[in-house]
Amino acid sequence: MSKKACSQKGTKAFCLSGARKIKTFFKRHQKQSFAYPYIMWMAIFVVIPIILIGVYAFTDSGGFTFRNFAGMASYAPVFGRSLWLAFLATAICLFIGYPVALAISRRNLKSQRILMMLLMLPMWINFLLRTYAWMSLLENTGLINRALAFLGVFELINSLNSGNPSYIPIDHFQMINTGGAVVLGMVYNYLPFMILPIHSVIIKIDPFVIEAAQDLGANRPTVFRKVILPLSLSGVISGITMVFVPSVSTFVISKLLGGGTDMLLGDLIEMQFLGAAYNPHLGSAISLIMMAIVVLCMSIMNRFGEGEEQAVLM
Amino acid sequence: MTRKYKNPVGNFMTLLTLIFLYLPIVVLIVFSFNKTKSRTIWSGFTLDWYRELFTDSTIMTSLQTTLAVSILGALIATIVGTFAAIGFFKMKRSWRSPLLTINNIPVINADIITGVSLSLLFVSAGAILGFDLGFGTLLIAHISFNIPYIILSVMPKLYQLDRNLFEAAQDLGCTWFQTIYKVIIPEIMPGIINGLIIAFTMSVDDFVISYFTAGSSVQTLSMTIYAMTRRRISPKINAISTLLFAVVLILLIIVNLREARQAKAEAKKQRILKGR
Repeated sequence: MSKKACSQKGTKAFCLSGARKIKTFFKRHQKQSFAYPYIMWMAIFVVIPIILIGVYAFTDSGGFTFRNFAGMASYAPVFGRSLWLAFLATAICLFIGYPVALAISRRNLKSQRILMMLLMLPMWINFLLRTYAWMSLLENTGLINRALAFLGVFELINSLNSGNPSYIPIDHFQMINTGGAVVLGMVYNYLPFMILPIHSVIIKIDPFVIEAAQDLGANRPTVFRKVILPLSLSGVISGITMVFVPSVSTFVISKLLGGGTDMLLGDLIEMQFLGAAYNPHLGSAISLIMMAIVVLCMSIMNRFGEGEEQAVLM
Repeated sequence: MTRKYKNPVGNFMTLLTLIFLYLPIVVLIVFSFNKTKSRTIWSGFTLDWYRELFTDSTIMTSLQTTLAVSILGALIATIVGTFAAIGFFKMKRSWRSPLLTINNIPVINADIITGVSLSLLFVSAGAILGFDLGFGTLLIAHISFNIPYIILSVMPKLYQLDRNLFEAAQDLGCTWFQTIYKVIIPEIMPGIINGLIIAFTMSVDDFVISYFTAGSSVQTLSMTIYAMTRRRISPKINAISTLLFAVVLILLIIVNLREARQAKAEAKKQRILKGR
């Protein structure tokens, strides 16, 4: 609206507000345009790659096909194993992580800060190396087995079983290259991801709500069950997501601690893209199914929470 | 907070968790001083691995690559991400929500899927445009997975802003550009710094996405370590991790001491003001 048009219409006030409206509208859109470069970026480097996975999954060198999914049944054990190990790791993380997060949140601010820092600090050591360090602990001639031998544990077990003729004396526990070692690796690497979101939700609970519950006669278990637990559910859900997703898709932990004999989903996908069995079409199909499973699990879980958002990490 | 429960079980579990988290790290650090290459048998103290570290060209080159890609990736992501967050903030809700959902995809998605999907893009685009996977694609991948973290840590700060601030700035004659760099940016600075630190940490620690997007010509430190685990890891790697760990530890202690001192000074100031 030009100034001339304004004065023709007469009232000066109308003219001013009209001009300002246009100005603020313009400004609003100028700031909005700050996001345009990133929207372009997302389109190219987030959306198109995901679409490419879909395209690759339904094609082969010839054209459109369902063949990549046809052979999927033979990988059912890998899917089952991955889901099972990831489930175990997530459950263990939850059972350790929740009490720890709760205990930390009950301390004063200063020690809370120090404890949270101590939980984050290991992430600064390369995660391959942290996992590799577990190898030296868990090996047959590793530090744990050495310590147990030094304490005479194996002698004790052997002497206890000496009456049994079919008993073969042992000199170590088999720990490395087992499913248990893989779960341990997952718990070790992802446990902080469970503690952090739960802690950040618990400390935001209004202390007056807890006091109110106590005033109304709730004892400690009741306060926990009726107030703290429901209010911290969103943290639990984001913790579960942040442990489960990397666990189900790992290929490094299974290679290092599982000995690479029992494949997980991650190993299977990695093999199709960079390994000996180069076949990105099959790899994309497996990736697509894995994404579907993760989305399904998460949507089921979100029904239990109030759909609170992820990434409470910060 | 007035409620103080005794919580011996929880405290004990916290202690056990910390021991669990630090046990392998202690092993790693101790064996960086080991005389032989064994990672289970202690055979005497030496600093040789630290000395040899600086002459090992593979490790030094990959360390440089890691630092270059992490610093560049985090900085570029911080700039793009901060502006994007301001843009999203000014957007209508109906536009913002779907865009933020797309923004969250790399955060929620498994690393391997992000890596694989980007490598599909780079390989197909490279075939058409004639480029190979290398430092460029590695950097793009790092920027891509960093930006969502910047946005997630800047957005809450924007929502905490007092809306009147914008109007006050404009009433006092700020242009829209001045409003942003004199008012908004300083106000959301803690969020930006927080995002920058998270992004840098993510970049340094990343293995999976780099592994799929770097091609065969460049190697980050993580990739060098992974290649070594196939054979046997040299204690030199233990040595460099110990050094990096020490640097981070010292930085964290300095930052925390400074913050504690500032908090103390602030408290003192408050007391004096109250005394008057």
